[in-house]
Amino acid sequence: MTMRDKVFPVLTIVLILIAIWYVAAIYLNAPFERDTAGRAGTTITFSEIVPKTMFQERPVLPAPHQVIAEIWDTTFNKPVTSKRSLVYHAWITLSATLVGFGIGTVLGILLAVGIVHNRAMDRSLMPWVIASQTIPILAIAPMIIVVLNAIGIAGLLPKALISTYLSFFPIVVGMVKGLRSPEQIQLDLMHTYYASPAQTFWKLRWPASMPYLFTSLKVAIAISLVGAIVGELPTGAVAGLGARLLAGSYYGQTVQIWSALFMAAALAAVLVAIVGTAHTAVLKRMGVKP
Amino acid sequence: MTSNLASVVSARDLGLTFQTSDGPVTALTGVNLDVKKGDFVSFIGPSGCGKTTFLRVIADLEKPTSGSITVNGTTPEDARKNRSYGYVFQAAALYPWRTIEKNIALPLEIMGYSKAEQEQRIARTLELVNLAGFGKKFPWQLSGGMQQRASIARALAFDADLLLMDEPFGALDEIVRDHLNEQLLELWDRTNKTICFVTHSIPEAVYLSTKIVVMSPRPGRVTDVIESTLPRERPLDIRESPEFLEIASRVRDGLRAGHSYDE
Repeated sequence: MTMRDKVFPVLTIVLILIAIWYVAAIYLNAPFERDTAGRAGTTITFSEIVPKTMFQERPVLPAPHQVIAEIWDTTFNKPVTSKRSLVYHAWITLSATLVGFGIGTVLGILLAVGIVHNRAMDRSLMPWVIASQTIPILAIAPMIIVVLNAIGIAGLLPKALISTYLSFFPIVVGMVKGLRSPEQIQLDLMHTYYASPAQTFWKLRWPASMPYLFTSLKVAIAISLVGAIVGELPTGAVAGLGARLLAGSYYGQTVQIWSALFMAAALAAVLVAIVGTAHTAVLKRMGVKP
Repeated sequence: MTSNLASVVSARDLGLTFQTSDGPVTALTGVNLDVKKGDFVSFIGPSGCGKTTFLRVIADLEKPTSGSITVNGTTPEDARKNRSYGYVFQAAALYPWRTIEKNIALPLEIMGYSKAEQEQRIARTLELVNLAGFGKKFPWQLSGGMQQRASIARALAFDADLLLMDEPFGALDEIVRDHLNEQLLELWDRTNKTICFVTHSIPEAVYLSTKIVVMSPRPGRVTDVIESTLPRERPLDIRESPEFLEIASRVRDGLRAGHSYDE
């Protein structure tokens, strides 16, 4: 019953979206068929146009089955080490995402600990943390890549650092709130025990911040992926989902663009789901009321 | 001051003024009080009379701005550093991610008791507050009264002779409260602790105490100190005895006197 309750609404929306997509594909791809027919000096009826819009090589909007076929072909019919394999490109992006996410998480937690425990850091650092996110990532990404290249750092790390740049922010904000979430009465209790700051941190502030940490991690992992893809765009990278998007747009390979997009979305969904599972497991161990 | 040696808490002309954005607020003024070892002292008064503030001064959670106070013959700060009191707050303040026994273990972990010692003390204090068998439960699985008993167990787990209780049963219903009052008296009798107990219930104060401190607000001060003549052994129905009612009426008079001038 609960399964049906969950699946049914989602499935309905998916079907509606696919239907809209097909209609849009016909509408957007039809002008090309009319132009082709016009140049050949023939006329073409609507019922002749519709099937043609489903199988164009470079459609304005590829039909869903074209994208699915492309994803299937580049995922399962190519060896994963091949440059034509979507799995290969996804892995390149995923590795940068995970490294960037890891650094961002550690950095974010360290900054939050500093901000919560040190008044000077609270005053001086927090405005900069917020300001850092007002700069468009597309503007700063090429600069980071260029500067790091100049000092001899290339490959995975520059892309990962762009992921870090995006992902540390929700961690800092979430953890500052989480580490400050213990009530005064819980802090007073520690005071009456003459607990050291380290004891107060590990026995009170840290466990109290767990729900906040995981909520932040979910946001951070998704934008880490965005960061890694953005990091691949300005560098003329030859591999990665970002490179696939870029190459696709150079050559008008819209089917390739859409399949890279869907791969990125699927990757994000899986990553968020993994963090979500960890979240549930940790809260269960901490005895949260189900 | 030789009296300090026999006193667990000794306050002399104690005052505390909070600096707020609306100007200074006098929470306590001219408080003189001695709490002897083994006493059960209740602080009673309307809200704003400084009874909780006084308890917090004893616990070194607030600093007095005038006068002097000693706890176990030292400053409140040293008393706190010696871990010489257990504090029970208005709310149970159990850590929700710890089971009941882990909550009781919290002060023991902080104070560096060995694992074996922790287990033995957890078992003993759970027994003491009638929660044996509930050690593995999480706080949300227990009723409000049981949670508060767990928080008392936590305050009893380490070797503090002084127990400071800030309206521990204030949020509980009358029946649970009666029951816990009875258990608390029994516990006090068995452990021989000194207890300072804040309440705004007259029957509760009279039933529990060997000494009742009546306080009044604006500014917070002590208006009367009543030594109870009730015996140490107190069944619940002692509350209908003429002796009990007489003390209760004296407390009520004290509260009224403190209140009359600002009406």
